[in-house]
Amino acid sequence: MYSNLLTDPLVLCITLPLLGAALTTALPRHAVPLGILAALATCSAAVTLGVDVWQHGALRLVLGGWEPELAIGLRADGLAVALALMANLVALGISVYASGYFRDPERMRAFWPLWLLLWAALNGLFLAGDLFNLYVMLELLGITAAALGALTGSREAVSANLRYLLVGLLGSISYLLGVALLYTAHGTLDLGLVARAIAANDRLFAVDAAALVLMVSGLALKAALFPLHFWLPPAHANAPAPVSAALSALVVKASVYLIIRLWLDLFAPITGLAAAMFLALLGAAAVVWGSWRALRAERLKLLAAYSTVAQIGYLFLFLPLLAVTPPGPPRDNLLAALVLMALTHGFAKSGFFLAAGLVQTNAGHDRIDDLGGTAQRLPATTFAIALAGSALIGLPPSGSFIGKWLLMQGAIESGQWWWVIVVTTGSLLASAYVFRVLSRAFGLEPTPLKFVTDARAEVPALLLSLVAVALLGLASGPLWTLLALRAGGGA
Amino acid sequence: MTAQFLYGGAGLILFVLGLWSFLVHAPLLRKLIALNIMGGGVFHVLIAVAYRGDGVTPDPVPHALVLTGIVVAVSATALALVLGARLQDEQRQG
Repeated sequence: MYSNLLTDPLVLCITLPLLGAALTTALPRHAVPLGILAALATCSAAVTLGVDVWQHGALRLVLGGWEPELAIGLRADGLAVALALMANLVALGISVYASGYFRDPERMRAFWPLWLLLWAALNGLFLAGDLFNLYVMLELLGITAAALGALTGSREAVSANLRYLLVGLLGSISYLLGVALLYTAHGTLDLGLVARAIAANDRLFAVDAAALVLMVSGLALKAALFPLHFWLPPAHANAPAPVSAALSALVVKASVYLIIRLWLDLFAPITGLAAAMFLALLGAAAVVWGSWRALRAERLKLLAAYSTVAQIGYLFLFLPLLAVTPPGPPRDNLLAALVLMALTHGFAKSGFFLAAGLVQTNAGHDRIDDLGGTAQRLPATTFAIALAGSALIGLPPSGSFIGKWLLMQGAIESGQWWWVIVVTTGSLLASAYVFRVLSRAFGLEPTPLKFVTDARAEVPALLLSLVAVALLGLASGPLWTLLALRAGGGA
Repeated sequence: MTAQFLYGGAGLILFVLGLWSFLVHAPLLRKLIALNIMGGGVFHVLIAVAYRGDGVTPDPVPHALVLTGIVVAVSATALALVLGARLQDEQRQG
């Protein structure tokens, strides 16, 4: 295994974007072709990794020939691969869109290294096998995300992203104290070994519980879980369009992934129903409040940002259902539905933001009330917004339709019927805010002959939205098989 | 053993003091200093964990974590300062 470390897709997923970041920094004149090349290479590495895991089951890799307790360990199980595949495909779409987005050469040169670093951090976060590397990736992600978000240089963007940076730092420091406590109690950082130690030693319940609270609350701050979401709408709405797409679809999702991972893998023996119920209540508040604010938003990108707050909320509704459902097919369904909703939101929200960015460049603003005629001027982009919108509502055949269906089924079967009310309210509000945009988009201008006006900007948005609506809805079966590939525990 | 507890406990107290200061004070510099104090608190805890008794080599893993943590904290602080300076420049011009 050691001989071909450099060409292992598990390693390449992280080293290729890092290499790309170094090259685009060194040769800023060729940033765009080099960046696209790095994006294509990284995405192929992720797909190869997906195929590997699909064929051989969960993978583990210990780097540098050290013992597992000391080495940097990477691992890929079904859950990690599902999210990494989504993130890499979305990131490829964003890269293509971004190659034509920045008019100012200075911004374009600043964009590529930061963007590829962010990509490396994302892949590292999905594939890291120990608690401390997760912290490093989390910090790298937060720093690059804030720098990218402030790229427009406007005062709103800089101040919103400075706040985002500070909030992110607070979140990761809280996470780090949790890691320190876990190391104090169990003497290891490896995810699998810590999980076993927590399960085996219930005398250390107080330390483990304190670590759980610190880590989950730090990550909830980064994941913008209500009421810790205050920083998200201005930061996401003021960033350049490709960056907004990455922040909303991927960066926030990475923190949610980590919460789910810690909750289900690491702290499963000590998380009770009450704690899960508390997080789900916050999630329910996020669904209602986020959707309501999206409905009231005056700008298209602000609407999309509030919709992210709501969509993150749905994911937390699964926790109390998972807590009371014993292992078996119903629990597998719930877990798959949770992942399916996260994936659908990743594709749909990135498509939505990319399309909204084009609407903004085209019209010179993104005030929803003044968008009349957009459907005629940019038919493909309006279609992308409609597709992404239907996935946000959860209309069939989108992936979130199946996700919400299984969520409501699970809620009724486990006697927690009240979540059904939350899901229904959220979906109704979502249809209201999506149709509000679409009804404004039509004007009295003549219908053009061309469906696509700017292929490089419109096709990525269209494809990402299509994946959310068609592929994830109609062909989500393999996800169940993939999620069944769990890591076999520790080293 | 007592020294270890004192050191680790001081770390926790620093963390809480930093958190309090971060939440209460609005100016950027105070927030950044507060964050660095919180980080210092966590590093104290890690260094206390590494201690294995007099004359015994301390556990190297927490030391490595602290070193990495310091690097991360410095770069994050630098970025926050740059963004803050940008904002201040604009306010002066605008």
